[in-house]
Amino acid sequence: MDVPETEFAPWNDAGQKPLIRFRNVTKRFGEFVAIDDLSLDIYEQEFFALLGPSGCGKTTMMRMLAGFESPSEGEIELAGQNIVPVPPNKRAVNMMFQSYALFPHLSVWDNIAFGLRRDRLPKEQIKARVEEMLKLTRLERFATRKPHQISGGQRQRVALARSLAKAPKLLLLDEPMGALDKKLRQETQFELMDIQETTGTTFVIVTHDQEEAMTVASRVAVMDEGRLIQVSTPADLYEWPDNVYVADFIGDVNLIEGRTTASGDERYRINWIDGQPPLNGVSNTVFSDGQTCHLAIRPEKIAISTDKPKGADNAVQGKVLDIAYLGNLSTYHVELASGTVIKAQTSNTRRISRRSFTWEDPVWLSWTATAGVMLAQ
Amino acid sequence: MRKFALIAIPYLWLLALFLVPFLIVLKISLSDIALAIPPYVPKWDWATGFRAFFSQLDFENFIFLTEDDLYWKAYLSSFQIAAISTIFTLLIGYPIAYGMARAPGEWRPTLMMLIILPFWTSFLIRVYAWMGILSQEGLLNQFLLWTGIIATPLTILNTNTAVYIGIVYTYLPFMILPIYAALDRMDGSLIEAAEDLGCSRLMAFWLVTIPLSKNGIIAGSFLVFIPALGEFVIPSLLGGSGTLMIGKVLWEEFFSNRDWPVASAVAVILLLLLIIPIVLFQRNQQKQAEAEQ
Ligand SMILES: Nc1ncnc2c1ncn2[C@@H]1O[C@H](COP(=O)(O)OP(=O)(O)OP(=O)(O)O)[C@@H](O)[C@H]1O
Ligand SMILES: [Mg+2]
Repeated sequence: MDVPETEFAPWNDAGQKPLIRFRNVTKRFGEFVAIDDLSLDIYEQEFFALLGPSGCGKTTMMRMLAGFESPSEGEIELAGQNIVPVPPNKRAVNMMFQSYALFPHLSVWDNIAFGLRRDRLPKEQIKARVEEMLKLTRLERFATRKPHQISGGQRQRVALARSLAKAPKLLLLDEPMGALDKKLRQETQFELMDIQETTGTTFVIVTHDQEEAMTVASRVAVMDEGRLIQVSTPADLYEWPDNVYVADFIGDVNLIEGRTTASGDERYRINWIDGQPPLNGVSNTVFSDGQTCHLAIRPEKIAISTDKPKGADNAVQGKVLDIAYLGNLSTYHVELASGTVIKAQTSNTRRISRRSFTWEDPVWLSWTATAGVMLAQ
Repeated sequence: MRKFALIAIPYLWLLALFLVPFLIVLKISLSDIALAIPPYVPKWDWATGFRAFFSQLDFENFIFLTEDDLYWKAYLSSFQIAAISTIFTLLIGYPIAYGMARAPGEWRPTLMMLIILPFWTSFLIRVYAWMGILSQEGLLNQFLLWTGIIATPLTILNTNTAVYIGIVYTYLPFMILPIYAALDRMDGSLIEAAEDLGCSRLMAFWLVTIPLSKNGIIAGSFLVFIPALGEFVIPSLLGGSGTLMIGKVLWEEFFSNRDWPVASAVAVILLLLLIIPIVLFQRNQQKQAEAEQ
């Protein structure tokens, strides 16, 4: 993808040195391979998200960055220096733990000051910094409380303040918002982005929640079974998934399998069901004739209408099987004659009583040739 | 009504097993020694009534305790022996508890078993075994002579050293178990967090592990100190004539001198002295329970 010069995209700039570099890192626990020959660059001031199913190795990556695990093979560099032999207390990296790991015997204030005290800073400086952190995370009123005397959301902010206090080069956040309700979670996400912008710290965040990753991250790495599947900006990940796994993992998608025949420059026909006209697609990767192809189309890119649309690249007929009403959006599940179900999404600009389609209505679905992504695997 | 019954049961328990015996001992301590069975007067007599009975009670025996310096020396020496033993027990018990808490999960039940196992043997037999180990011809001396570390056997049995060894050995599990419980509950990621924020291993131990096991340390110390203070068997069997402990004095008053009133006075004072650490212990337990809510 072309990116304008002004945009923050150091990963496209060959002259940029990455802050973190994983070089062919493998991590084994006994026989089990948790991280499998993984290479990855993360740049300064990035907000980098690790996304993947449970057990795919996200926490293991973080723990290796923080220094609690060392790779079985390969090297990890921080600012050009191999950090594998450096113990956690000597790394300019701070971690916010999945469980927060607040010291229960210390007050909020002392928790935040803990790291600063270890650096033997003068008292005045510690005080100033702690107060700055309390203000940033809006915890001034709770400074003297113990962790068990504050709410879950406040605890999470203490953990964040504590890990930020030392102004680390790199901040690791392991599912920092797992325990928060949706509203607080969104607030915190924006807060985190604000903090990231004001402090310029590089963030690596682990999350289960793809929406969260898309919201906060400059780039997202999708992982599975200890490997990177795709590393891209949220928009690219959504619009240009590399493969079916990513397309399916991120957001909602229709996947249509078929066989390709070339029909022009970067244009292909996809024969998907015998007796149906082939679908039209565009792809800049080359497909040979007869190759299996998965056409991935996001539901919101499919239009739904009562009459057959004129001049559409692709149009199929079916009947409404189900309607999922989401408030601002409605998702229609449309069953084709062949039994295939395709999802189409429309935004609800009209009140629901005036909706044009209802259950069992025969409808037409249409989309342009460029709406979908053709994936070889 | 049910609530009342629930509260009443422990109080009745306390009344039957603590308060009634205590009152009996207190009464004896206020009596006078006599050549009789039991060896004191007055005895309760329905005929003479309250007034005559109470008029015969006095604090003579308590005053006697202050006049003979044997007693306060014995209290002081008991206190010292109990305190020093507690410190040793802590120094030995903490690393053991720490090691147990750090051991792989499948090992822990076995380790726990090893700690508890000695309790299944009679206490007296175990103390006698120590006599066999510590005596002049005992196993320890034989071993040391054999290795050539010493040329003449050490005198350990019948000294205060033997008493310390005996107390530390006997009460070690009482120290280990509460500390282990505290360490076991501790979240391992706290240590990692401390290291992440710039602590060395040792510093993290000092700043996080120790404070978080504080309640275990306090509980363990009281569980050792309180019974050690009144300990009688260990100083009589392992200690020498120079070992002065209040439990031993008490025993001698009762059985050698047959001076029940003085012995009872000694016991009452000992109990009053013990109430202070017991109350402190209870406060600690309560605070801990509150903190965990
Ligand atoms: N100390 C360990 N010993 C053995 N296996 C481990 C150890 N730590 C992690 N694993 C294994 O490595 C794999 C990756 O674990 P990791 O904690 O990195 O997953 P994760 O992606 O963070 O998952 P989640 O989203 O559930 O937190 C898992 O299969 C896990 O069982
Ligand atoms: Mg994890």
